[in-house]
Amino acid sequence: MTQSFRLESGGLINRDKKISFKFNGKNYFGYEGDTLASALIANGVHLIGRSFKYHRPRGFFGAGVDEPYAIVQLYRNGETEPNIKATEQELFEGLEAKSVNCWPSVNFDVGAINNFLKIFLPAGFYYKTFMWPKSFWYKIYEPFIRKAAGLGTASIKHDKERYEHKYEYCDLLITGSGPSGLASAYSAAKNGAKVILAEDKSRFGGTLLTSDVNIGNQSGKEWADSIVSELKEMSNVTVKNRSQVFGYYDHNMLVMSERISDHLPETKKYHPKQRLWYIRAKEVLISSGSIERPIVFGNNDTPGVMLSSAAKEYMKVYGVLVGKKPLVFTNNDSGYETAIEFKKNGVDPIILDTRKEPHSEIIEEAKNMNIDIKNSYVVVAAQGYKKVKSADIAKISDDKEELGSVENIKCDCICVSGFWTPTIHLASQSGNKTKFNEEIDAFVPGTSKQNEKTLGAANGIYTLEETLKDSFEKGNQLSKEITNIDNKVSFPNVVEKKSTVHDKFWCVPLPKGKNYKRFLDFQNDVAVSDIEIALKEGYRSIEHVKRYTTLGMATDQGKTSNLNGLQLVSKIENKVVPAVGHTTFRPPYSPVSIGAIVGREVGKHSKPTRKSPMHSWHEKNNAVFVDAGVWLRPRYYKRGDENLFEASKREAKNVRTNVGVCDVTTLGKIDIKGPDAAELLNRVYTNAWLKLPVGKARYGVMLREDGIVMDDGTTTRISEDHYHMTTTTAQAANVLSHLEYYLQLVWPDLNVNVVSTTEQWAGAAIAGPKSREVLKKLFPNSDVTNEGLPFMGYMEGDLFGVKAKIFRISFSGELAYEVNVESDYGYFMWEKIIEVGEEFGIQPYGTEALSTLRIEMGHVAGSELDGRTIPYDNSLEGLISKKKDFIGKRSLSRKAFAAEDRQKIVGVVPLDKKTSIPEGSHLVKDSNAPLPNPKLGYISASCWSVEHDNPFSLAILKDGKNMIGEKLFVMSPLKNKIIPVEIVSSHYVDPKGERVRS
Amino acid sequence: MLYIKCPHCGMRSQNEFSYGGDATIKRPELGKEISDQDWDNFVYNRKSLRGKHWELWQHISGCRQWIKVERDTATHEIFKTLKANEEISL
Ligand SMILES: [Zn+2]
Repeated sequence: MTQSFRLESGGLINRDKKISFKFNGKNYFGYEGDTLASALIANGVHLIGRSFKYHRPRGFFGAGVDEPYAIVQLYRNGETEPNIKATEQELFEGLEAKSVNCWPSVNFDVGAINNFLKIFLPAGFYYKTFMWPKSFWYKIYEPFIRKAAGLGTASIKHDKERYEHKYEYCDLLITGSGPSGLASAYSAAKNGAKVILAEDKSRFGGTLLTSDVNIGNQSGKEWADSIVSELKEMSNVTVKNRSQVFGYYDHNMLVMSERISDHLPETKKYHPKQRLWYIRAKEVLISSGSIERPIVFGNNDTPGVMLSSAAKEYMKVYGVLVGKKPLVFTNNDSGYETAIEFKKNGVDPIILDTRKEPHSEIIEEAKNMNIDIKNSYVVVAAQGYKKVKSADIAKISDDKEELGSVENIKCDCICVSGFWTPTIHLASQSGNKTKFNEEIDAFVPGTSKQNEKTLGAANGIYTLEETLKDSFEKGNQLSKEITNIDNKVSFPNVVEKKSTVHDKFWCVPLPKGKNYKRFLDFQNDVAVSDIEIALKEGYRSIEHVKRYTTLGMATDQGKTSNLNGLQLVSKIENKVVPAVGHTTFRPPYSPVSIGAIVGREVGKHSKPTRKSPMHSWHEKNNAVFVDAGVWLRPRYYKRGDENLFEASKREAKNVRTNVGVCDVTTLGKIDIKGPDAAELLNRVYTNAWLKLPVGKARYGVMLREDGIVMDDGTTTRISEDHYHMTTTTAQAANVLSHLEYYLQLVWPDLNVNVVSTTEQWAGAAIAGPKSREVLKKLFPNSDVTNEGLPFMGYMEGDLFGVKAKIFRISFSGELAYEVNVESDYGYFMWEKIIEVGEEFGIQPYGTEALSTLRIEMGHVAGSELDGRTIPYDNSLEGLISKKKDFIGKRSLSRKAFAAEDRQKIVGVVPLDKKTSIPEGSHLVKDSNAPLPNPKLGYISASCWSVEHDNPFSLAILKDGKNMIGEKLFVMSPLKNKIIPVEIVSSHYVDPKGERVRS
Repeated sequence: MLYIKCPHCGMRSQNEFSYGGDATIKRPELGKEISDQDWDNFVYNRKSLRGKHWELWQHISGCRQWIKVERDTATHEIFKTLKANEEISL
């Protein structure tokens, strides 16, 4: 293909570097510096997709972020991405893109039948039509709509790209590098302020790249280039292109997405694809410019109809002609600038100006160039299906109500200018109360809520001189207040052409007998008639009209459609635009990739991974790991081709018959020190703590103020004023916060300090009838006999030269000890335990065996202490002191908590002694009762009892204390199981607790 | 994301803090008789204010201190922050 629409020279592209790319399977060439859009237009490609609802042909409408049409599916380096704007995507070697919304192809689209059926697709069509019958929705309507609509396909593959997050602080954040952004950044930088200048596009300069102006003795572009290169040299300034500030959040925090690699064929090694910046700025200068708005006329969505500023940008930046027989349709002077540019490039444009007799410098220039200008003229309708072929034009009356006779003129593009809309999104997001500016017919920022100021065109200031003056001053002033430095920049001389007022005309009336679609929202196919219907049907609030018609709800968020929609509503409703009000702007300003939002917190990095010091030993010994909160714990140690069930059974059995060792490093540990430590424990735990002797441990339960069990664990008195508390793995952080809350806020008079020592200690539980033999070998110099270290005793010992804490506590119900050493010695300790334990048949055991052992003992854990149970429910009422008050005690006397038939923990055994009981199953009296079958309780935990060699479960059962011996049914609708069971005591093994004391 | 002035550490982002509810609630004294109604008010009943609100935050990823913050629940404006032992003047 030849680039038949590329100009001989000009533009900011690098003509020395040809770039090949593919669109819809066809090969094309462009140049370095092109966007996909400019390269396609250079190749004469104007049909790029199909519209969302009617599947009408779609071309290019803009040249940047405001583009509503040219959305493609992008293929890059083996990955695919939907929703890419061709006007923003920079060309790279090997780029591939495809149209979306078309099936089977962009040239022949089955969905276009919607276009001919459009009478059936008015506003609210989806709401109205696809409602009934309900059953049709999932099977027929939804899949159909999904296939026919949509803006591309998200990849379901794992994204191998890397995305990063960065936090930054600055004095001034400046969003946009047009004249206002550059001027304010420059004067603020000169005052030594820490400045971040963010430009959405790849090139800095904004409108200076396309307008015919002089600043000082330089052209606009030269001036922009020199300012940017000076800023880049300054250490207090960060200058970022391809970086869009898309959200303005609370307390002056803004979020910017930096597209680092999207313009390259592949991401460089060690580079992220995109980076999300969280920027906390002292002051924000919004210099986001303005977006040209269209004039509404018949078939104004035909490919070839585009914004006049875009046509100019394609010529000036990319050296590309959008057409060779252009029609410029304008209500202001901007259209003339585009026409002049065409003329300069040897193309004869025709200008249709809605104004009767406008006079200005620019208009004079156009006249002097012999450009054909028709005043009081409008485009009635574009003609042509896949590309504009001609335009129906007519004279319009002074009151803009009556059309003259319609004539048809040949043209291949229609460049529209309906004046300019300030880009107030960020200001609005910040909470700024925007106001309507009659002069420019648009909303501008009003009263600031946060530290934001809006400059230049974004603030409705459309002359360069005024913009620069104001921006230099604002940048200087705001930075001066922060840095106390005042290096005033001298204001350069500005040469620009003066323009005259625009015509507030925005919508061409329909000629008699014609029913052309006049589109407001180009991405969502919302036409004038849709808004009319919505209003006829009684929708009044602009927010409702928006949702009903989907005006402005597409991915472009109505950048080119919002104001015209408001104009229409205000016209029909006979209200002024500010009375209609605009809908709320919400972040993101433009779509942001999910990858950038998620950052590096994906897969195994979605949360930190904590490992015990013995982790590598477990790995070497075939441990199969399980996530326990953020910890990785061995679930079981696989021997041969054992499965989970076999391995955990072996491990648990070995604890009951010989001895096992379990890594319990993950248990929460809190060091408690101070003269009032005992008093704190006494208030926090339900049982009595004041008389615990030094060298003794005690089991305790703590409640929330509402009486629900918060956590349990043992706490040991190390010395007079020093305690070592353990918590469950899951609750460690919460318990620490809980203690800090009471110490800092409720009882600040208690002289106690608490600190987490979870990571400081490595722990091993040695459990089983032979555990004392192991201990003797580990600590030959300590008296670990039943007398020397009785149940719930504590001592310090010397483990082959390493200081160790020895606790005689048990979770398994067997004779057991927990040994703690400083984390760095954890691995050493573990190896020693395995080594000396070998002769006693020691085996490591994982969390699965640990669970089995505690379940058959009836020891409660997280599945019973689930935030819904009180001590009684867990048969822990014996631990409730009657003599003292403690956190949550008062709640226990609430009526429901004291009910006679209160739920209570029980054991559950299947009658056949074979069928395993699924956790979470329900307990019912009659398995055949009509639904809803009254639920008596639920299975909290299940295991295979190694002691009895049959399944055993714990359950929380209504009136549990009187249910022992009852026959009930376990029902698991999820697993489709009904199991007859017997209710037994929750203490299935050693109910008297003799083993732990042996 | 809010920007909260920890009285101990200075200005810090919200993600370093965890929220702790109404700061004006006083826990009933230990060991004192209290009616069901008063206890319920302490445990459960909270006003959901629109506007200025004294609330607790803990600087959990910082100094671990609980602090008192006066914040407008509608606008998120923060007026004042206090240390745990400083009294709120309503
Ligand atoms: Zn702090």
